[in-house]
Amino acid sequence: MLTNRSKVVVKKEMNFWERIYLPAIVGGTIITIKHLFRRKATVRFPEVKREISAVWRGQHVLKRDEHGAERCTACGLCAVACPAEAITMTAAERKKGEEHLYREEKYATVYEINMLRCIFCGLCEEACPKEAIFLTDRIESTDYSRNAFIYGKDKLVEAVDKRIDVTKRQTPAVLEFKKHKLLSHNR
Amino acid sequence: MAKLTIDGIEVEVPDGTTILNAARQIGGKIVPPAMCYYSSLKETGGKCRVCLVKVAQGSAKDPRPMPKLVASCRTPVADGMVVQNITSPDVLEARKGVVEMLLINHPLDCPICDQAGECDLQNLSYEHGLSTSRYEFERRTFEKIDIGDKIKLHMTRCILCYRCVFVANQLTKERVHGVLDRGDRAEISTYIQKAVDNDFSGNMIDVCPVGALTDRTFRFKSRVWFTKPMDAHRNCSKCSGKVVLWMKGDDVLRVTGRKDQHGEVKEFICNECRFEHKNINDWTVEGPRHIDHHSVISQNHYEKIDLIKLKKEVERQLEFQSGKKHLTEGNGLTQTDNHENNQG
Repeated sequence: MLTNRSKVVVKKEMNFWERIYLPAIVGGTIITIKHLFRRKATVRFPEVKREISAVWRGQHVLKRDEHGAERCTACGLCAVACPAEAITMTAAERKKGEEHLYREEKYATVYEINMLRCIFCGLCEEACPKEAIFLTDRIESTDYSRNAFIYGKDKLVEAVDKRIDVTKRQTPAVLEFKKHKLLSHNR
Repeated sequence: MAKLTIDGIEVEVPDGTTILNAARQIGGKIVPPAMCYYSSLKETGGKCRVCLVKVAQGSAKDPRPMPKLVASCRTPVADGMVVQNITSPDVLEARKGVVEMLLINHPLDCPICDQAGECDLQNLSYEHGLSTSRYEFERRTFEKIDIGDKIKLHMTRCILCYRCVFVANQLTKERVHGVLDRGDRAEISTYIQKAVDNDFSGNMIDVCPVGALTDRTFRFKSRVWFTKPMDAHRNCSKCSGKVVLWMKGDDVLRVTGRKDQHGEVKEFICNECRFEHKNINDWTVEGPRHIDHHSVISQNHYEKIDLIKLKKEVERQLEFQSGKKHLTEGNGLTQTDNHENNQG
């Protein structure tokens, strides 16, 4: 009686029409039939795709710079920012002659995101100081085993000839920051 | 003994103590930061100028203020001195300027640097610095060199605190590296590559406040905040053998000396302990090292909750609560107040 919202249940005896249940059954069927002619809430996914926002947070991409070198330097900030602890990485030192592959002297040899753990919050993207990781409007593919959802660099890094457009996800702050050519990593 | 006031807090210290050490006795936020002073090395300090404080009253005998901001690590206390650190806007402004100057040539390569996460300059610039630079000229850069087979020198990051020079002077028989040239051309160097090779040279890595001197055996292995620091020791004929192991799983990735709350190593360790025992079986592990929760390293949640300690704490609080009830029932609030103060 703390909230004063309790109700006393009255169980009155049913009359004849209620006891034969037929009107209730007919009423239920009418509702069912009505729903058949309504607009459907679902779409037939692979053939039909639902419209999504331009800044949809879907499958990640590891970007390359304008020369095709990987931007990620395995600094670990995405991994430490990740609330689901989905990201792991191993770093290595760039050797001579690999300058066209990796932008900085350190790079990630292994970079894995567990897509089953990922909650697509976008904090990794926000933490990234190198503009390397972005969430894209792609929907990740399905699979049968759990291991297949641990995406490695083969799935995350964009192909040199098939760049993925992330301009819509670049915030005004990032674009403003990029204008400062004096900051060493913007050179 | 001299009695002085730092930011309104009175403290009594022996004569000859520096203002910085007097502030460290009080502890907390009023301790000036220090990039070059190192308590366990003699003659350090006075170079980086980040520990500047304002002396509003010189002493009880001569109450005039000191004309300029002074380096607290080099200024001895006097009886009746009144010092302002974070309560003085002048000091904060000056410190901001010093940080900006230290950052003129310092590269913004924290994502690559192995020191990131435990870097004094990173902390300092985060607290006092600007996020942008006003410097428009070419920054000075150097090639990375290996000094000794275990130490990497990245001179571009150096802020010329001279700590590593004092390590070489005071811990090793002969110093083979030093500061060459003067002014804006000054640099730490050996002249001959790979020349540093003696038993305690590895301590240069620990004393370096930035990432100029880094451990080659740990180079790019992991970011510090993914490793778990464990206190450990072993019998060593050359040093105390008391170290911190930085582990990932059961692998020892790095061995360093034990840094106190001011980031200073009190007991230096030898190179054998530091570089050659990367096997957990060589060490007696004492337990996880406590890292201040302000540090990114504590993000790793490596410290397990001490259940016995927790139980004791709960029991203590229950006892306190029942005691409190007892006291309020009895004669006085004053006793309860005292009790509460002790808790705080």
